[in-house]
Amino acid sequence: MILVVAEQREGALSRTAWEAIAAAQVLAGAMPVKVVTLGPPGSAAADALAAADVVEVVSAEAEALTQYASDACVAVLRDLVEHEAPAFVVLSHTYQTRDFAPALAARLRKPMLTDVVAIHGTGADATFARPMFQGKLVAEVRPRGDAPVFVSVQVGAFRGDAARRGGGAPVRRVPVTVDAAAVRQRPEAPFQEARQAVDLGQAERIVSVGRGIKSQDKLPVAERLATALGAELAASRPICDSGWLPMERQVGSSGQTVAPKLYVALGISGAIQHLVGMKGSRTIVAINKDADAPIFEVADYGIVGDLFDLVPAITTELEKKS
Amino acid sequence: MKIAVCIKQVPTREWQPRLNEARTWIREQDASFELNEPDAYALEEALRLREKHGGEVVVCAAGPARVVQVIREALARGADRAVHVQSDALSAADAAMTADALAAAMQSESFDLVLTGLQSDDQGHAQTGVVLAERLGMPHTTIVMDIEVQDGGVRVKREMEGGWFQWIAMPLPALLTIQSGINQLRYATLKGIMAAKKKDVRVMAPPDGLVASQDIVSLAVPARTKQTQMISGSPAQAAAELVRRLRDEARVL
Repeated sequence: MILVVAEQREGALSRTAWEAIAAAQVLAGAMPVKVVTLGPPGSAAADALAAADVVEVVSAEAEALTQYASDACVAVLRDLVEHEAPAFVVLSHTYQTRDFAPALAARLRKPMLTDVVAIHGTGADATFARPMFQGKLVAEVRPRGDAPVFVSVQVGAFRGDAARRGGGAPVRRVPVTVDAAAVRQRPEAPFQEARQAVDLGQAERIVSVGRGIKSQDKLPVAERLATALGAELAASRPICDSGWLPMERQVGSSGQTVAPKLYVALGISGAIQHLVGMKGSRTIVAINKDADAPIFEVADYGIVGDLFDLVPAITTELEKKS
Repeated sequence: MKIAVCIKQVPTREWQPRLNEARTWIREQDASFELNEPDAYALEEALRLREKHGGEVVVCAAGPARVVQVIREALARGADRAVHVQSDALSAADAAMTADALAAAMQSESFDLVLTGLQSDDQGHAQTGVVLAERLGMPHTTIVMDIEVQDGGVRVKREMEGGWFQWIAMPLPALLTIQSGINQLRYATLKGIMAAKKKDVRVMAPPDGLVASQDIVSLAVPARTKQTQMISGSPAQAAAELVRRLRDEARVL
């Protein structure tokens, strides 16, 4: 049996849960798939999961599970995993999974494979593809150790809408007790920083800069191209970390997710944290001096070269036309 | 406050991957190495906490002899001393193995706070810090963007996806994995580099019985998922060709 841990936030199901279910169905072969979700009593997430083609939905419920806390999550799942004895535990590689799942696997002394992008074969014969070296290489890995093996799948690597739906899986709501004294983290309610003034999600065209821009005083090179294209200016994380552009212009897993008609990536190598935020763009142009940069894997048009030569030339060409 | 910072040495960003003959690991002799970037932010945060609250910053690393390069760099930036769990067998170690090696060396030190980067730029498991917390019996929080030291504990700002955050309070000792961009990095001064030469680096062997939790069957350059049209020529030619294609082919102008 394969156990999927479906993530929810304050009772609402995360869309990444369907991606984890899709991955589990690929891995399962003839094995049954079961889903577990942790949340407050009566959470709607459990009912939403009943649509999946799985043998059962287990909803572990306690008031103490309303706000996520690592220790509570590990304690509840440890009991559940030991009781269900699955061959694999499948999760989405979200920030929350990264926070608790390695602790759970370590406490049980079981292997954990993270950030998996493809599964080849089924069950005990499966190997798992995961990026290494910032996506420059992909490794085929095999777990070593006893079941259950923990597997987290990269967000977006499996399609949630490809998860098979069934005829209404039975939902079992299980009240659990969380020993408050054993939960060392005291979480407060999640919040967003000041409302984002720039909604990159609405932009039709985006010019995005990465480390290749080298210094803040070179930004006007990209700004002029953005003006010529009628595009918003955005950046990869390191640029915002350095304070060269405000955080609200960051595209990627920790910033905004965008899908414009045109996305021009200047000097962006294409680390996965950036790619997940922009690979849905309709047309992607990549300009980078490194011909092996992973950004070229998602680009429709690529130019290998010095952006300080190319970008002014493109700007001039665009200004000529208008 | 006695603070440990776990650092890793990883290939530089400019490094072009080359594989060993078995295609199960990289050709290390061709690679140049640097400090894992998120770990640099963890180190900087530790130095800032020491400046504010006093105490000691101890750098901890697990890996082969080459790792001394980044240990010296961390000492030059201001760390007080270092512990190096040294073994060639650790050069391609997975997260569980690395965490077990570090835990064995760190157990007896009674650190108040342990900081690591949120993940490494080489294997990128994003697990070592969390597994280490489990082995050291400490509470942890990951992807931290701010740290407030309170009476006997810390209150930290955890990053969530899509611009959301959450504050979490925890008792000390605790382990935090640090997100890049939490602070502005300092670089080593000449004085720091000179001082680092006299600082103590304790070299230890890893504990017996370390076992991997996974095997790399093969490594490869990822297959392209999209048919990328590469445009060449002089900057002016390439620019004209790109604009033509964006207008006529992709119709996005």
